[in-house]
Amino acid sequence: MKLKEKGFGILLTFCIMAVFWILLSGVFDAFHLISGIVCCAIVSIISHDLLVKGKTEKKLQKSLRLLIYIPWELWQIVLANIDVAYRVLHPKMPIDPLIIEFETTLRGEFSLLTLANSITLTPGTITILVKPEKGKFLVHAIAKEPAEALLVDQTMQKKVAHVFMET
Amino acid sequence: MVIVHGVVMALLGAGVFFTLVGSIGLLRFPDFYTRLHATGKCDTLGGGLIILGAIIYHLFQYPETLLVPAKLAFLIFFIFIANPTATHAIMKAAYKTGLKPWRLGEERR
Repeated sequence: MKLKEKGFGILLTFCIMAVFWILLSGVFDAFHLISGIVCCAIVSIISHDLLVKGKTEKKLQKSLRLLIYIPWELWQIVLANIDVAYRVLHPKMPIDPLIIEFETTLRGEFSLLTLANSITLTPGTITILVKPEKGKFLVHAIAKEPAEALLVDQTMQKKVAHVFMET
Repeated sequence: MVIVHGVVMALLGAGVFFTLVGSIGLLRFPDFYTRLHATGKCDTLGGGLIILGAIIYHLFQYPETLLVPAKLAFLIFFIFIANPTATHAIMKAAYKTGLKPWRLGEERR
């Protein structure tokens, strides 16, 4: 089982790096392809554990759910920018900054990173600190409404927890 | 072709608008944290929209070289990961050095 996981990690790293090599080089003769494959093989054997870590179970399902999550996140980014533009261009500047704290059920490194970056990109909030062991977030909000969206509705926490199956 | 040019111009215009709003916010907002709100978000979407416009223009103008749009798409991907991370890092550094956030009714700094 252990060996199988390692093989999967090496294979996945190798595929990602080979695609990257081909896309970025743009030269398709034998010399460039073979040297690229050799380089990818060496690097993926040495450092596959940097990219693919831990258990491989349900990885496909998580990736699929992440693919569904990303368009929603992009829409939230557009909303965030319109919100900031409104606050910047409004003559009275309707801002009332405050710092809020909340805890989540998330523990995984990648899920915490996703939530932190999503909070930073969505309307009116930026992550200041994350305490991974308790899943605790310290967030700077630009006004009351975005802070309440995070504290009361918790749509984003639920969505990220659903993606990474850590409810 | 006219439609493509229209779409590209709309994307570039929106990108420039958001970048401009980010700069205005940098000047208008009262303190460090709120200024980061303006720059951290608007630069991400502004840059992304401008590059998206470039991708669409290139796809229709020079369809024989597909590698350039692919590389530009990677650029968008990296901007969307790096920008919030950098914003968060600057914010954390300011918070750890003890910079007090501005509250409503105070003097601007």
